[in-house]
Amino acid sequence: MSTPRGGTEEWQPVCRIVELEVERGATALVHGQAVAIFRTHDDTVYALGNHDPFAKASVLARGIVGTRGDVPFVASPMHKHAFDLRTGRCLDDQHVSVPAYDVRVVEGVVLVGHRKPDAA
Amino acid sequence: MTHLRKTLVVVGHGMVGHRLVQAAVERGLTETYDVVVVGEEPRPAYDRVALTSFFSVESADELSLLPEGRYDDPRVRLVLGTSVTGLDRETRKVVLSDGEVIGYDALVLATGAAPFVPPIEGRDQDGCFVYRTIEDLEAIREASATATRGVVIGGGLLGLEAANALVQLGLETHVVEMAPRLMPVQLDQAAGSTLVRHIEKLGVTVHTGAATTGILGDGRVTGLETADGTIEAEIVVFSAGIRPRDQLARDCGLDVAERGGVLVDEQCRTSDEHVFAVGECAAPGGTMYGLVAPGYAMAEVVVDVLLAGPGTFTGADMSTKLKLLGVDVASFGDAFAATEGSLELVFADAVAGIYKKLVVSEDGTRLLGGILVGDASAYGILRPMVATGTNPGIALPANPEDLILPASRGAGTTAGVVGMPDEAVVCSCNNVCKGDVLAAAADDATTRAGSTCGSCKPMVKALIEDFYAAQGRVVDKGLCEHFSLTRQELFDLVAVHGYRRFDDIVEAHGKGRGCDVCKPAIASILASQFNGHVLDHETTALQDTNDAFLANIQRNGTYSVVPRIPGGEITPEKLIVIGEVARDFGLYTKITGGQRIDLFGARMEELPAIWQRLVDAGFESGHAYGKALRTVKSCVGSTWCRYGVQDSVGLAIALELRYRGLRSPHKLKGGVSGCARECAEARGKDFGVIATEKGWNLYVGGNGGATPAHARLLAGDLDTETLLRYLDRFLMYYIRTADRLQRTAPWIDSLEGGLDRVREVVVEDSLGLGAELEDAMARHVGSYFDEWKATLEDPEKIARFVSFVNAPGVPDPNITFSTERGQIKPETSAEPVVLGPTIPVGAP
Repeated sequence: MSTPRGGTEEWQPVCRIVELEVERGATALVHGQAVAIFRTHDDTVYALGNHDPFAKASVLARGIVGTRGDVPFVASPMHKHAFDLRTGRCLDDQHVSVPAYDVRVVEGVVLVGHRKPDAA
Repeated sequence: MTHLRKTLVVVGHGMVGHRLVQAAVERGLTETYDVVVVGEEPRPAYDRVALTSFFSVESADELSLLPEGRYDDPRVRLVLGTSVTGLDRETRKVVLSDGEVIGYDALVLATGAAPFVPPIEGRDQDGCFVYRTIEDLEAIREASATATRGVVIGGGLLGLEAANALVQLGLETHVVEMAPRLMPVQLDQAAGSTLVRHIEKLGVTVHTGAATTGILGDGRVTGLETADGTIEAEIVVFSAGIRPRDQLARDCGLDVAERGGVLVDEQCRTSDEHVFAVGECAAPGGTMYGLVAPGYAMAEVVVDVLLAGPGTFTGADMSTKLKLLGVDVASFGDAFAATEGSLELVFADAVAGIYKKLVVSEDGTRLLGGILVGDASAYGILRPMVATGTNPGIALPANPEDLILPASRGAGTTAGVVGMPDEAVVCSCNNVCKGDVLAAAADDATTRAGSTCGSCKPMVKALIEDFYAAQGRVVDKGLCEHFSLTRQELFDLVAVHGYRRFDDIVEAHGKGRGCDVCKPAIASILASQFNGHVLDHETTALQDTNDAFLANIQRNGTYSVVPRIPGGEITPEKLIVIGEVARDFGLYTKITGGQRIDLFGARMEELPAIWQRLVDAGFESGHAYGKALRTVKSCVGSTWCRYGVQDSVGLAIALELRYRGLRSPHKLKGGVSGCARECAEARGKDFGVIATEKGWNLYVGGNGGATPAHARLLAGDLDTETLLRYLDRFLMYYIRTADRLQRTAPWIDSLEGGLDRVREVVVEDSLGLGAELEDAMARHVGSYFDEWKATLEDPEKIARFVSFVNAPGVPDPNITFSTERGQIKPETSAEPVVLGPTIPVGAP
């Protein structure tokens, strides 16, 4: 899979953090790609590719956010596969992962950066 | 060149004759044989076993086993409406009633059997019928138009089928059986009595030990005379057994059995090597088999023999499992404990109408047979365990009674699994047996059991729990890693402490930040107790995607929209609105099994606009997305149906409106039937109501799903007010005490005392909880509002329905459709789709 990088801008602003509900996802369009943005209970923001590789549908942002041990994760709404919000790694199948993106929050604005190096 | 084609003539085109021709085509016998099959009836073979359903199907074609009226193979010729009048074994020729003469190399008699009409005085009058062919049923139906009462002579399998037919025709129905019990061939006295109680509940009067002494009337039947008195009736149906139709064989000197039937050997060959006989006209080894399955086996044997195969017929399994007038009945193996030294284990629950008997060998290690009435769910497990002459069966567990005791007595189906031998297959999708599961549990490994259809998960769970418990390890019944409490315990904690927020609950009683298991469970508990909006600030992050977007997510990430159509009744105007909305938004439409209309393929951001149109037209949310009441299905009832005795539509609408929006541990469905014909399939629902002349019968605990269960009678002949009271109590009791995602049927089984316990709490109010449960339901009913209307009125809630937070007008490029049968169909994208380098902001 090619790394979607698109435009030249390093960080793309997508929304204000207050627009994100706690422990709920939202979808943003970043470099032509659907990206799922999550805000956890401690106000950390994560970004993953929105495409569920098991169900082959663009839905991850609509999953339930929680923890497994210390790992923050989202459960896909399709078949409940869990993905690590930090790395995009699937917690139920170590051979599968979704892209994870760098995120910064600057003055209340959520910025999505490059895709993180593959964790798997 | 002696490769001349041969001719096989089959006399009779019933179920067995048809099966024989089918096997001949499939197995290549027609490569060397031309087949001529001669049928006496005007139509090709049909499903005689399902004869009674003739009244509920559109036409006789639906029962047909050969709807095209011909076989695909041109070497098979089907001659209908014609009988074989002569058989010359010397010249090997048959003569047909139309004069045609056909030579044969092999001949198969498949002439079946005819109903036996005992020589009772008056039996030739108008109004007397037999029950065998579609023509018989048509005649009975015609006569029923001017009749009000009918009697069936004979309380065997077929007699009860015939009684069912009379009930369906709206007749006051009696069954007269000479033996002291119903189904004397299959059932013992106690099982027969249990069956009588079930059948009498349906309004059929049963007279056992009653010999018919005469048919009354003066050319037209007016009644029936027995030793005990007379029964008035305008219709009499004889169902006193069948006799093999072996006249053709007798006429040409073939050997016949002492009690009738063409005598055949293990290859189904008669005393003439060119002539075979199969099915009910045959008597292999002198025994005639009055079931279709042995007939099918014989048909296969003959084809095998003609192909020079080794086929033999050495007797048949006479096990039967069927639903008679809606009652489960099964009888298998040595049901009457005829084996020397055999022992009987019996479980009987007269209140629930359940009788189960196992016949086991003297040493208790082998299952020899059994009878099940009222609940035949164990048949699937028991049947393969039965030992027969040559087959040792599967060894019985140490406590065989667990196989028939109900779950509430500490056993039941899953306990039956625990007691099963290691070779027993638990997961048939992946062929995983019990031993595999236990071995995997011992190694902390996994199997593929439960990974395909999931229906065996409860059994696998029971096995693993039992395995760990045996090792002294505690099995955690908690919800998930965040809560060691059960759903019921959490429900009580929320009620006692008045929690409204997940955060408070997890901080006080759990750990971590929750997950996809505990969050929706707590959302459901909060909704059941306080009935707030599921998208309220406190609960919105807890909801599964369906509740979060008030629609059902489908395979490509689009949603389906299901407006409520209470009881399935809808005005033409509203139907048109649904059609217009579907057309304008390009949605796929389908009528659902719950009498509503599904609109598929809505993008999440389209949902508010779609619902605005529907709400404006007076629709409200159907809660198809929620673990909540879905529908209350109904038949048309007494308003339109000539059989209906109560207004099932009116009641179904009232119930659906009363319980709409009720959040529960699992989705809930109801049904109301206007008479015992049960056209609403109410007994397949969590709560089912069936109209009687005197009021309503209330059934509970029916489910579709992976382990279908029939609802069982909770209380009978209720007035509407009492019905509502019982239903309020039942539903609230379930909501308070069931496990997460536990349907009503397993919930009832999980209670100590099972259905009896439910009856104590709901009907007898033995816990004094009745008023409280009713109050809780009254609060729900009083606080109901339409979730979609409220969502449309709240900009904050609506704000979530956007495709992209930074490009709300751009549709997700991952969602695409193709078309099939003129409507859209979802396409999946294996890879995420990338929009072009420039974002077409604002473009649709």
